[in-house]
Amino acid sequence: MFYREAGDFKTTYPEDAQTFPIQFDRVRYYAVLAIAFGVIPFFINDYWANAVFVPFLIYAIAAIGLNILTGYCGQVSLGTGGFMAVGAYACYKLMTSFPEVSILIHVLLAGGITACVGVLFGLPSLRIKGFYLAVATLAAQFFLVWLFNKVPWFYNYSASGQINSPERTVLGHFVTGPNTSAAAKYLFCLVILFALAWVARNLTRGTIGRRWMAIRDMDIAAEIIGVNPLTAKLSAFAVSSFFIGVAGALFFAVYLGAAEVGEVFGINKSFLVLFMVIIGGLGSIFGSFAGAAFLVLLPVFLKNVLVEGMGWPTDLAAHIELMIVGGLIVVFLILEPHGLAQLWRLTKEKLRLWPFPH
Amino acid sequence: MKTTFATLAVAAMIAVAAPASADLVVPNLSYRTGPFAAGGIPYADGFTDYFTLLNERDGGIGGEKVVVPECETAYNTEKGVECYEATKGQGALVYNPLSTGITYQLIPKVSADGISLYTPGYGRTSAANGKVFEWVFNYPANYWDGASVAVKHLLDENGGSLEGKTIALVYHNSAYGKEPIRTLTELSKKHGFKLTEIPVDSPGQEQKSQWLQIRREKPDYVLFWGWGVMNQVAVQEAGNIRFPMENMIGVWWSGSENDVTAAGAGANGYKSLAMHGTGMDYPVYADLKQYVQDAGKAAGAGDQVGSVLYSRGMYAAMVISEAIRKAQELAGTSAVNAAQVRDGFEALEITEERMAELGLPNFGQPFAASCEDHGGPGAGMIQQWDASAGKWNLITDFIAPDDEVLDALVLEDSAAYAAEAGLTERCN
Repeated sequence: MFYREAGDFKTTYPEDAQTFPIQFDRVRYYAVLAIAFGVIPFFINDYWANAVFVPFLIYAIAAIGLNILTGYCGQVSLGTGGFMAVGAYACYKLMTSFPEVSILIHVLLAGGITACVGVLFGLPSLRIKGFYLAVATLAAQFFLVWLFNKVPWFYNYSASGQINSPERTVLGHFVTGPNTSAAAKYLFCLVILFALAWVARNLTRGTIGRRWMAIRDMDIAAEIIGVNPLTAKLSAFAVSSFFIGVAGALFFAVYLGAAEVGEVFGINKSFLVLFMVIIGGLGSIFGSFAGAAFLVLLPVFLKNVLVEGMGWPTDLAAHIELMIVGGLIVVFLILEPHGLAQLWRLTKEKLRLWPFPH
Repeated sequence: MKTTFATLAVAAMIAVAAPASADLVVPNLSYRTGPFAAGGIPYADGFTDYFTLLNERDGGIGGEKVVVPECETAYNTEKGVECYEATKGQGALVYNPLSTGITYQLIPKVSADGISLYTPGYGRTSAANGKVFEWVFNYPANYWDGASVAVKHLLDENGGSLEGKTIALVYHNSAYGKEPIRTLTELSKKHGFKLTEIPVDSPGQEQKSQWLQIRREKPDYVLFWGWGVMNQVAVQEAGNIRFPMENMIGVWWSGSENDVTAAGAGANGYKSLAMHGTGMDYPVYADLKQYVQDAGKAAGAGDQVGSVLYSRGMYAAMVISEAIRKAQELAGTSAVNAAQVRDGFEALEITEERMAELGLPNFGQPFAASCEDHGGPGAGMIQQWDASAGKWNLITDFIAPDDEVLDALVLEDSAAYAAEAGLTERCN
């Protein structure tokens, strides 16, 4: 009834090519933005910021990054944790070497450094595909973690190999360090996520995105119609690693404040982000958000319900929580193999025809 | 997704609404799941049981009941952050996360929020310098003390000289395992032994290549910094390569019953550090049995009583309760807040008489904290596993660490932290 093309006339090409062609979608998009920027910062407290929103926003950036590589360009990667570590350590080295430069620039530079590393590890993708590429990126994961553990220069020779983020401000407000307010932390991550998601959405709609998708769907056919696999694959690795690097930098500097590579950026992190992308939906920006939300919020939600709400022992709750999350993942993937994004797409299709489904 | 948020909001409201009373809140960030649960469960049980005992027998501390909300961290820093934020709003007085990684994360946070962090025998060693770390306490002993005590024990065994000997450090490749390296490097220069560092990646279920290296290089001694599942595997592997067990010394986190029973007779003679006595020969266990276990109020499954890590959890709870008592005395009120508890920690003095009163005679070393000294004397004992009797025997008295080496290192590392965090020294 509200959700339809009818009556929504486009008279110019830009209008016709806009991201949300349906008015209801546009309104909903602006409403979400208004709530995210205008309402939540006023009500957020430390618990909601640190346990829910900040990890969600950061994981969403990482999931978008991996989705570009795996979902749009079809290159399976298990190196996400390692690339996040590159972002985190790059950010740490920059923060401690150039304390007078703004943290925002450091975060973006950390993304740039990760992009270079990503391209380097993306080179094998020109020769190998599928599972074999997954193994090559897995090697990147283990190599990078080993490197940051082994070479003391990366952690400024600290006794324990931990990196700690010093206090930094943006526009006079702390965004890293213990004195950061919940709202500042949240807004800093939100602004970066918003900008990056906007870039990702438009990249995937344009020439580059179409090249990526052509490579994903059939690389030989893509090559025949004039897509250069070298630039397409490496650009996907670069853009994807940039996003993941920014996520890693924020994860360390804003969210955790101290990190240790083996524990925080281990292979589990790679799988977690991959699961987010698969559950959310491959090849969908919305799917990245949905997957990140699902895997960040559900455990916290279950813990609160089981331990605080129902008073269960913490170990029992932790085990049941793993079983519920695992079970739900299986159920979701059986009912909808294309992820949460496909559910959303189907809902929209149904709404479009409603109330006359035939 | 909207419904998820709505339900989440409901759950959070339940969470916020529950703790409203003015009790003393001491959160227990425990881990009863994951690869480190073998160490986390007994510690958490001992910690909670001791406060249950105080509540049941004495009606709390100074008439105030103690509430111990438990939060599962699985030894994971992200969950640790969540747990900290979830419990801090309930009026938490002190944190004891039993994880060096989480400790590193919490040090800046507790300093900003004004809550004490008590990390006995783990955490950031240089927190012993109270001039820099206002809110962190790690008495009675820390990792560097432990490393030094182990080396002193080896010196004693070798007639005062380790010249030309090789010592291998097998360690958990994390902040925890890396802590002693700096001290051991200094000590190797001082005593002329050769130090080999052999890292084991977390969680440490796979150590074949590390022990193969030890078999090849044949170090004279192995110092061992492991935790959780890594301990059992290491003791087993050491037995497999026929390494003389009496030449292997674990830190106090690698010296519980869980770590050696799996290897059976092969573990006989394995040594570890101890910062307190173990076993059931203390009067406090009679009270625990009467008021906690027999009353059906024991934490967890109740099957850990008297084990090494259970006693350590109980010891930590005992020190925290004494600090709260001291804070009540100083503040003149029983409903103390986090800042007053910090003052209590700083003014705390545990004497042998006090420990005997508490039912723990000759259990730990007496110590007194001050504004400068948050680290205590740092002495440790050596215990040895007797596989046929199935118990740990203390084979030395308390050995004092080499403060000459350690103090300089503590000053250096805490000064680095102060510079990084932009702190000025207190207590002047």
